[in-house]
Amino acid sequence: MTERVATTTGLLPLPDPAKEELSDLKGHQKGDLISGTESEEIASAYAEYRREVIDDQQAAGLDRITEGQLRWDDMLAHPLTTHENVDPNGIVRYYDNNNFYRDPQVRGDLDFSGDVAEELETASETIDDPAASLQAVLPGPYSLFDLATDEHYGDDAEFFGAIADFLAGEVEAFPAHKTLTLHEPSLVENPPNEDLVERLADAVDTVASETDSDVVVHTYFGALDETTYAHLMDADVEALGFDLVAGDREDTLSNITEFGTKDAAALGIADGQNTLVESADTLNERVEWFEDQIPVQEFDRLYLSTNTEPFYLPVNKHLAKLEAIAAAAGNVDQEVTA
Amino acid sequence: MSRPADNRAQFRPEDHPNDSFLLTTVVGSYPKPKWLNRADDLVDDPDSKFSEENLKEAHDDAARVITHEHERCGLDTVVDGEVRRNEMVEYFAERIDGYEFNGPVKVWGHNYFDKPSVSAEVAYDEPWLVDEFEFTNNVASKPVKVPITGPYTLGNWAFNEAYDTEEELVYELADLVNIEIERLVDAGAQYIQIDEPALATTPDDHAIVGEALDRIVSGIDEDVRIGLHVCYGDYSRIYPELNDYPVDEVDLELCNGNYEQIDVFSEPEFVPDLALGVVDVHTAEVEPVDEIKENIKQGLKIVPPERLTISPDCGVKLLPRDVAYGKMENMVEATRQVEAELDSGEIDLEEPVPTAD
Repeated sequence: MTERVATTTGLLPLPDPAKEELSDLKGHQKGDLISGTESEEIASAYAEYRREVIDDQQAAGLDRITEGQLRWDDMLAHPLTTHENVDPNGIVRYYDNNNFYRDPQVRGDLDFSGDVAEELETASETIDDPAASLQAVLPGPYSLFDLATDEHYGDDAEFFGAIADFLAGEVEAFPAHKTLTLHEPSLVENPPNEDLVERLADAVDTVASETDSDVVVHTYFGALDETTYAHLMDADVEALGFDLVAGDREDTLSNITEFGTKDAAALGIADGQNTLVESADTLNERVEWFEDQIPVQEFDRLYLSTNTEPFYLPVNKHLAKLEAIAAAAGNVDQEVTA
Repeated sequence: MSRPADNRAQFRPEDHPNDSFLLTTVVGSYPKPKWLNRADDLVDDPDSKFSEENLKEAHDDAARVITHEHERCGLDTVVDGEVRRNEMVEYFAERIDGYEFNGPVKVWGHNYFDKPSVSAEVAYDEPWLVDEFEFTNNVASKPVKVPITGPYTLGNWAFNEAYDTEEELVYELADLVNIEIERLVDAGAQYIQIDEPALATTPDDHAIVGEALDRIVSGIDEDVRIGLHVCYGDYSRIYPELNDYPVDEVDLELCNGNYEQIDVFSEPEFVPDLALGVVDVHTAEVEPVDEIKENIKQGLKIVPPERLTISPDCGVKLLPRDVAYGKMENMVEATRQVEAELDSGEIDLEEPVPTAD
């Protein structure tokens, strides 16, 4: 029997009142964004909204709860843009979206920061039974490498390794958590070159080995190419995550058919970039479609979520999607509407 | 193919001082007077007596002021600064059936966009810009240009819930833009600019923009000048494809990149008229006349003077108002000086930009 786990990818939209309140508290310029040393007033505002989005996830019936990553002004680049040896400089485009983040220019050693661990500590105080339900979220080592600019290490392989070591150090400091999700959209958008792809599994293992929790490497914005997929399969993690909303999902299936997959999988079944709210029935059909296409394997566990981070969505549609995902996992009943 | 039209002569002022004529214009937006922003806030304040009617009057006043400000700069064609428009997608989405708003989404940091959703088939309801045009046309002594957000941007910058593909949505929106242009032309408009900033970020969709433009200009008299504005991006990815667009003029943001991309357009020959950005909208310093003259000469490398239009790089709404004015004023002065130098033969069209020694 396959366990269905309703969850999110993290990086949730900021509640609407928070958008204005925090903007007013912090200022509107790029220098006013989160640096990791915000004032007590700003920190307490975030704490309040963190509680709100945790409540939202618990109320929706999710099995895993993230702290929301509301402070992540720079989306996946956040763990670097808050690092003291990183200069968050120009505004650059976030993948193929109409979103932008501050380019993290790494100018010194990527030693321990503790920023994300601190967020998780405060979340743990709010979440019911964090050891059984807290889901930590980080960029995967390749995506963080891809989103950053190296002004210090001078060599791609060394920089990639330093990023993996940095993330590993952060994970080591995390409080008890059930799941760790590593976001790896860059594996799709800008796949690693020949040299880096050889180092991919090791880099993931460097991070994953620092936790006893279940590690999910989630990919989105489309399917991985065969080479990247084959190398990612070498990583010692519980599950790989797939974008089942993207038009090229057949390519994902052929990767799995060709190279196999882990005993568990994460399925991006709801569109994190479109306000159309899929019914629980539709989401369930997507899960079943996936299972039917992989007849040789019965999964131990399937994590269900949006394909991408949901911060692209307005809050009302995001919340509606959470409910549908929880229903598709069988956690709550959802009245089916035509 | 571009439209076989020569419709620029109608914008040449009767008292134009030079034989040569480089049409001067603006992309559209202009800094709003500060009191107008206050008025916009007041009408939403339940404790204020400021009414919608008062706001309309404020908009009229602002449109009159900015139109006249454009005229004082000496521009050959003017816009009201888009002072009635809140944002370039929202304004239209509020007027098109099929769009709904669900709340703001993040762009970067604490900058948000009230990104609308197309939740049902789009349809033409109320006119979008006819009232705006008629008002501006009445107060202007110069021809009025009407910027319209293009269907590709109206589709690409919204959530598409209702159509199987974004392309399908874009074509439906293009048909609505065509209806709006017909109404504008009936009201007397002779100069329309389609704004497609989204093409700059997704240049691979240039064929969709082309097909949409075919629909936009369908049945529109060739005497009506149709321009296309595309913001800064990697222009090599839309050139030479844009030569096939059925427009009279393409307006490009090249000053911002210090004309590094100008050579993209030298081969093959540029087919539509070129509207060249000659002042940077991202710097708050007013460029001196001599500097702008050199920028204008970059355009003469691509098209002859009779096919060159002069404009700022993009809308100037984010600049301080006095800086915006200064840039327009210097832009017109530089244009008139270049025209005079063309007349006198001082500028050699075979070698319009002297090479550095």
